[in-house]
Amino acid sequence: MKNKFIGFTLLSVLLATITNLQAEGDSLATLRNATAIADQKPTPSIAKTQNSDVKQVRSYPMQPPLIPHTVRNYEINLNSNKCMSCHSRQRIRESQAPMVSVTHFMDREGNFLAEISPRRYFCNQCHVTQSDAKPLVENTFVDMHTLINMPPEQ
Amino acid sequence: MIRIIKIVWQTLRRPSAYYSLGFLVMGGFIAGILFWGGFNTALEATNTEAFCISCHEMKNNVYEELKTTIHFTNRSGVRATCPDCHVPHKWTDKIARKMQASKEVWGKIFGSINTREKFIENRKRLALHEWQRLKANDSLECRNCHNFDYMDFTEQSNRAAQQHSTSLASGEKTCIDCHKGIAHQLPDMQGIEGWH
Repeated sequence: MKNKFIGFTLLSVLLATITNLQAEGDSLATLRNATAIADQKPTPSIAKTQNSDVKQVRSYPMQPPLIPHTVRNYEINLNSNKCMSCHSRQRIRESQAPMVSVTHFMDREGNFLAEISPRRYFCNQCHVTQSDAKPLVENTFVDMHTLINMPPEQ
Repeated sequence: MIRIIKIVWQTLRRPSAYYSLGFLVMGGFIAGILFWGGFNTALEATNTEAFCISCHEMKNNVYEELKTTIHFTNRSGVRATCPDCHVPHKWTDKIARKMQASKEVWGKIFGSINTREKFIENRKRLALHEWQRLKANDSLECRNCHNFDYMDFTEQSNRAAQQHSTSLASGEKTCIDCHKGIAHQLPDMQGIEGWH
């Protein structure tokens, strides 16, 4: 009798969860949204990379600066680093591009090297381009300065 | 051997005894057309991409690399084939380049870059040759399509417009000075001007 009761309770909980999930399924923001499993959602067009050459604001002081131009086919490998042909210390006078930060010359012990440190060689590990794609989910991030200047909540 | 040469020479020097002048002129004319047509057809046949990539050295290395670039696939569907960039379009320059290219036949026969490893080892040397050639002819092959006179700077990004309207316009720089490795991967860029 007791076993039967436990079984019944478990079953009803399970059923409730499933119905709940189904109800939520439509409102959940996923890449597929509510597309049936057998269907293929129409593919969105590929977003364009921003190419304005205008420096973008950083959301927080330590954020790696964003790349405000296209970097299609830029090679960064053993042979060459295309980014450095404009952003290296030796090249900025001609290119008028911002120089790589001095922190990039430090090895992990904090010693300054003559060239950028090998651990900072792969630029696009931190620095990224931006596209004009619509955000998939709403972002509620608030910048620190905006936060400080907000009126205190009552 | 010397006797044969002598006979041939004497035959050539003698006026024709059997054939009319008209026959000889017309015959020479028709033979000339056939010869020239054949020569030109053969020349054009070696000037196609299909011919270039009939060698695995070209097909597996440089052609594969070209496939990922804007000169292979792009929004308007205009594409550059091997000879568009590597063979001059003007006849005299083309013949000069074709004569140089006979060295490449030698390389093919003796397999100087017949493996990926050999190709990578020689990449810098080969790239330097092409850069020198394009530098010397003021990027002639680029300019066959990319004509400076018709460039609309307002359609370019700020950086591009800035550089094209100054360095390129003044003739101080030519296309290849900045646009290296646009159609194939780069070799080790150590010591190349304009690189780190």
